[in-house]
Amino acid sequence: MMNSSLKQLGDALRAKKISSVELTQLYLDRIAQFNPALNAYITVNPEISLAQARAADERLAAGNTEALTGIPVAQKDIFCAKGWLTTCGSKMLHNFVSPYDAHVISQFNNAGAVNLGKTNMDEFAMGSSNETSHYGPVKNPWDQSRVPGGSSGGTAAAVAARLCAAATGTDTGGSIRQPAALCGISGLKPTYGVCSRYGMIAFASSLDQAGPMGRSAEDLALLLNTMAGFDERDSTSLQRDKEDYARGLEKPLSGLRIGLPKEFFAEGLGNDVAQAAEAAIAEYKKLGATVVEISLPNTRLSIPVYYVLAPAEASSNLSRFDGVRYGYRAPEYSDLTDMYEQSRAQGFGEEVKRRIMIGTYVLSHGYYDAYYLQAQKIRRLIAQDFTEAFKQCDVIMGPTSPSTAFKLGEKGDDPVQMYLSDIYTIAVNLAGLPGMSIPCGFGDNDMPVGLQIIGNYFDEARMLNVAHQYQLATDWHSQAPQGLQVAS
Amino acid sequence: MSLSTDDVKKVASLARLAMTETEVKIAHNQLSGIFDLIAEMQAVDTAGIEPMSHAQDVTQRLREDKVTESDHRELFQSVAPQVEAGLYLVPQVIE
Repeated sequence: MMNSSLKQLGDALRAKKISSVELTQLYLDRIAQFNPALNAYITVNPEISLAQARAADERLAAGNTEALTGIPVAQKDIFCAKGWLTTCGSKMLHNFVSPYDAHVISQFNNAGAVNLGKTNMDEFAMGSSNETSHYGPVKNPWDQSRVPGGSSGGTAAAVAARLCAAATGTDTGGSIRQPAALCGISGLKPTYGVCSRYGMIAFASSLDQAGPMGRSAEDLALLLNTMAGFDERDSTSLQRDKEDYARGLEKPLSGLRIGLPKEFFAEGLGNDVAQAAEAAIAEYKKLGATVVEISLPNTRLSIPVYYVLAPAEASSNLSRFDGVRYGYRAPEYSDLTDMYEQSRAQGFGEEVKRRIMIGTYVLSHGYYDAYYLQAQKIRRLIAQDFTEAFKQCDVIMGPTSPSTAFKLGEKGDDPVQMYLSDIYTIAVNLAGLPGMSIPCGFGDNDMPVGLQIIGNYFDEARMLNVAHQYQLATDWHSQAPQGLQVAS
Repeated sequence: MSLSTDDVKKVASLARLAMTETEVKIAHNQLSGIFDLIAEMQAVDTAGIEPMSHAQDVTQRLREDKVTESDHRELFQSVAPQVEAGLYLVPQVIE
């Protein structure tokens, strides 16, 4: 049951081979056994989960079902869920029980999915290793001395360790794709605007996008069918016709043109990662694809651009945390300003404060043109690189991350080293394009390697097709970490 | 562009973040490293390039000026640190 696809689970539920309550309990038991070591979840609430499962069983009995009815899905703790503690990985929200549902959460609720719990994450989604969480780092299920990636590291670890059937993530600079790669699972960041940001705690609003994380491309298609959709409460939600992201999964790949950016296979890329990615490209050639070398000349600039724009937006978004309306308030203060300053100093962690400082500085008087405006101009150059590239190819492929999962604490003291590890993912957010990562082998120390697939705007169905055909021909995606069998 | 410790203190104050002298020194070191990284942008010729503020070229939707929300004051204030008689309490600002 733990290795079944979402479609198989749905079929088993509809055929009454298992009930949603039984399935949910199975996962709750696994969480109870393995989460103390992995720390993938911040909050589990069996009472709410099982009540949702009972409601799903009633729907199943009545025959009123959708693809995900009765299936336990974990939610990144960035999504506000009514009645659930929603911390965003921060002390600032240590006591915030959300009074409302994010749009993504209500989409899952309407589909009859079970919320299995809230997964751990880097504080306010700022990090690439899950080490900035106030609730402690998540451990990589493949090697617990290593990081799971971030910021959706709890989700990635939970999916890899079979502590949920599937889960959600969010991606501002690679936060779905990089942890998916480091934990050996599949993850998709849709085109900006496809999933509503309503109720998704904001980091950098022009870059943030929710997406599915699971064990296969086929699972991601079903999840995205539920998550996507127009929502008038998000001013950047796109008004588009509903589409079935699973519609093209079975198409053969003959004639597919794959672009390989030479900048993604250059200095800084680990040999083990390069080998696995090249082997995956070779497999795609066997499946009928052709390969063309392309160039994304401004790739290197995506890091400085991102570390101006994302902190600028974050400093503004995070100004709402003032210790007045919700969240943490310092126990002692002398006056109102001191209350703000103490509450924020004590409630935010180091990385979050660092980014608020960068953002405040680049937006401050006298520096706006040199930093913020210049970054926005280069952002356009970066987006134009992709527009040019897609004239020559249908999808772009390369490594998701320059290395496999690193050791906990390895990059701890040097924020710049951590930032550089996002080199292949950030440009996709700046352009607003869809990107995904699928497992494509193992590198040094038997750690998983992810292959990144970047598509043109709104080309998610084709990317899922491209990923699915690879997963029919290979079995990297069905590998599971050892040592996570339930004791009988 | 080099950053001084006074700049760090000023930014911390603008961002409403209390900082000890030790924290200012650490922040100064780390922010300097990050601004060295960011400085790479300055060499790029962007004359005539339109700034890109958003991934999609869409205009803001408008809606009719009608009441669409009901009153959730009690629920929303249930998560506030300090509330009295339906009001959020903060330290006194006017004598």
